[in-house]
Amino acid sequence: MSQDSSATLPAVPEGLQGVTADWSADKQAFPVPWGKAMMWIFLLSDTFIFSCFLISYMNVRMSTTTPWPNPSEVFSLTVFGTAVPLFLIAIMTMILITSSGTMAMAVNYGYRRDRTKTALLMFATALLGLSFVGMQAFEWSKLILEEGVRPWGNPMGAAQFGSAFFMITGFHGLHVSCGVIYLSVVATRVLNGFYERKGTYETVEVAGLYWHFVDLVWVFIFAFFYLW
Amino acid sequence: MQHPIKIYLWIWLLLFVFSTFSYLVDFFRLQGYLRWTLIIIFMLLKAGFIVAIFMHMAWERLALKLAILVPPLALLVLVGLMAIEGDYTFVTRLQSFVHEVQKPSAHGGGHAAEEPAAEHP
Repeated sequence: MSQDSSATLPAVPEGLQGVTADWSADKQAFPVPWGKAMMWIFLLSDTFIFSCFLISYMNVRMSTTTPWPNPSEVFSLTVFGTAVPLFLIAIMTMILITSSGTMAMAVNYGYRRDRTKTALLMFATALLGLSFVGMQAFEWSKLILEEGVRPWGNPMGAAQFGSAFFMITGFHGLHVSCGVIYLSVVATRVLNGFYERKGTYETVEVAGLYWHFVDLVWVFIFAFFYLW
Repeated sequence: MQHPIKIYLWIWLLLFVFSTFSYLVDFFRLQGYLRWTLIIIFMLLKAGFIVAIFMHMAWERLALKLAILVPPLALLVLVGLMAIEGDYTFVTRLQSFVHEVQKPSAHGGGHAAEEPAAEHP
């Protein structure tokens, strides 16, 4: 049976296509679409990158002899005349969680092949992500222009505060921005029936994995950078 | 994989509640071990729900679960090493900074605030 089917297989490709063919010729380990397995492995590598940033932040914060600036005060925002600690950060956290919720529902509607609802929820997710990046831009400009925070120093305390902050939130913001573009592309394809013709909506789930990861990283940044 | 929308709304609500709790930890200015414990508990709960439900990890096969969830445990070793390293750097800095402060006062040209105290016991 297997010999019969191998006789009808096309000839083994050469060159770069041969490389991909050879690498993908092994037995499949994970019974999931390859896009999903690859996204998980990419996210695993991203976990290590973000962890390296957070661990180096821990290291500089532990080793500095100058007091660390109090994030609760640095990131407070004056609302109606009173300073509310971490006001903007709390809103950003809620927005990202909400976007994760809409994304999870988009994946669900994708598997029900409800194109309109999937695309709408994905665009809503992208829009929430965009507002998150906007607020982060506001937060950065406030910190740079008004508080005078620089990667090499700041008026509030330990000099390492600035470099850790810009590095960690900047890299996360880059992920959110890329995610907004990614989601917009996939949502457009959902809308124009690309996945309907392809016969599967697994790409929506893969995009969802990426987006939830961005939310997941924020959970750790929120806890370790803003609340600690 | 077909789950009712309800489960996502529930998790959404839970994440809201946990986020509010961890925000309140800061708002009420809890300090010390209580603060750190609460922050980490809420963080792990949120991370767990996101990975398990939103990212569908709860319904994957064990092979994939292990391949993705076990390797990050190696990071705990890095955390431990860097904590020891950070502590060592801190102590070294303290020692050398104290040394720097003491040096000039030994030659009589040190801090003005320390000199009179030494001369009037």
